[in-house]
Amino acid sequence: MAKTIIPIGPYHPLQEEPEFFQLVVEGEKIVDAIANIGYNHRGIEKLSELKTFDQVAFVVERICGICSTSHPLAYVRAVEDILGNDCVVPERANYIRTIIAELERIHSHLLWIGLAGHFLGYNTVYMWAWKERETVLDIFEELSGNRNNYAMMRVGGVRRDFEEKSLAGVITRLNKLIDFVQMIKKAVLDDPVLHARLKGVGVLTKQDCIDYCALGPTARASGIANDVRKDDPYAAYDKVKWNVITQIEGDVFAKAVVRILETLESINIVIECMQKMPKGPIYDNVKDIPCGEGIGHIEAPRGECFHYVRSDGTNRPVRHKVRAPTYMNLPTYKEALIGETISDATIILAAIDPCYCCTERVTVIDANNKKNKTVYSQQDLIKLSQRKTEQIRAKLGAR
Amino acid sequence: MSIKLKALLKSPWVFHLSTGSCNNCDIEILDCLTPRFDIERFGMVLVGSIRHADVLVCTGSVNRKCIPRIKEIYEQAPKPVIVVAIGECSLSRGMFINSYNCPVPLDKIIPVDVYIPGCPPKPEAIIAGIAKAIEKIKANANKK
Repeated sequence: MAKTIIPIGPYHPLQEEPEFFQLVVEGEKIVDAIANIGYNHRGIEKLSELKTFDQVAFVVERICGICSTSHPLAYVRAVEDILGNDCVVPERANYIRTIIAELERIHSHLLWIGLAGHFLGYNTVYMWAWKERETVLDIFEELSGNRNNYAMMRVGGVRRDFEEKSLAGVITRLNKLIDFVQMIKKAVLDDPVLHARLKGVGVLTKQDCIDYCALGPTARASGIANDVRKDDPYAAYDKVKWNVITQIEGDVFAKAVVRILETLESINIVIECMQKMPKGPIYDNVKDIPCGEGIGHIEAPRGECFHYVRSDGTNRPVRHKVRAPTYMNLPTYKEALIGETISDATIILAAIDPCYCCTERVTVIDANNKKNKTVYSQQDLIKLSQRKTEQIRAKLGAR
Repeated sequence: MSIKLKALLKSPWVFHLSTGSCNNCDIEILDCLTPRFDIERFGMVLVGSIRHADVLVCTGSVNRKCIPRIKEIYEQAPKPVIVVAIGECSLSRGMFINSYNCPVPLDKIIPVDVYIPGCPPKPEAIIAGIAKAIEKIKANANKK
């Protein structure tokens, strides 16, 4: 059967960020898929080298709007790694870091559940999940002063303290949120339509996950209990009780279940942290960053987020490397997508919760091409489009 | 007021274009559609194709790979079109002003009618910005 290429993007109504996919199809079946990203590249690693250590925390916050506390947290942990024993993060700061990171996980997972519903044409889920997500954003506004971009992390601790009087109200609202997530859980797990659309679709086996080094919920849905919060506890994760959620099926349904159950775990972590939080200072004053290099890795909502910072003793980093979770998760579409039908492509591509603005630290180039040309320039796309039009014309017998 | 303009202002359809943003503004735009803010009560709908749109909403610091595509999308839009720049990045490139991949702000590439500042602007600010743009165009049309 003749192969056809279906282009998706770069600007398409499905996802908010620009990215370009080519699906090679035979009839309805996808036989190959090519991703081309780079529409979000802003040169953040280079910008970091122009800023002081304190300012970089704000720069990395703008890597991604959804993970706007994961990147600063990973970065400050990398700088604290350089400092070693010179910097001791106070206990209260550790709890505040945990609370902010977990609230972010709740809002990110609710956002994904909503968008997944939207991709399936199930807009009720979209509206419901996003309505309840506003609760979390209100809590953020009350605790940190902004709905997104919280600017809470600093080297040696956190920037702002919580007001004691607002905590009781926050816990009441989170308890209400638990009821809602339970309702969504019941609605998703019992819905025959969602079972038909999601079960056995886009299966990623355990071996595939290991081969592609998948991270976060993508790996946990395939039976790999990989979670930085348990494997290498940071902040206050070793002081509260919680479980790593895993499923064994590896399909889109399992990924949805993992995210919904994780939301419940996160709400419990936040409530427990707020009750246990000790009083005391919120940051350790750091004067100079010595020579050296440090790494910081934390569990972002999408998987492990990794930062590497090198210092030469001045007030600016000489090298800052960022590896976001989607960088590892994105190539798994090769296993999950091939062999499925076009109608399932959208939800399979969305199932890893891709975040292209996190991923795009480098411009994509064709390694086989010596001239370092981007894989598809606009001229190439126009050429491809014209060639396709010619083919269709020839087939229809017109001119 | 011409009938074309009257129809446009009654129910402006919005096309959203991310020119290399950090997702925050994009999510706040989507947030406008959800029950808390419910932008559909003003007749505004997010559409999938620029050819259906009356308003082009741009976010993000414009990056090199996007520039030819932004121009093309602007050319494809049926005129008159209202261009709205949302967020500090598309206004002035914000903190990406020194970046090698963000050479010019958005209004050097296509004409911009409305600027909504903020990092990110709250959904209330986005709705107020678009509503103000509609009022302004109405006032200008009535003057003529």
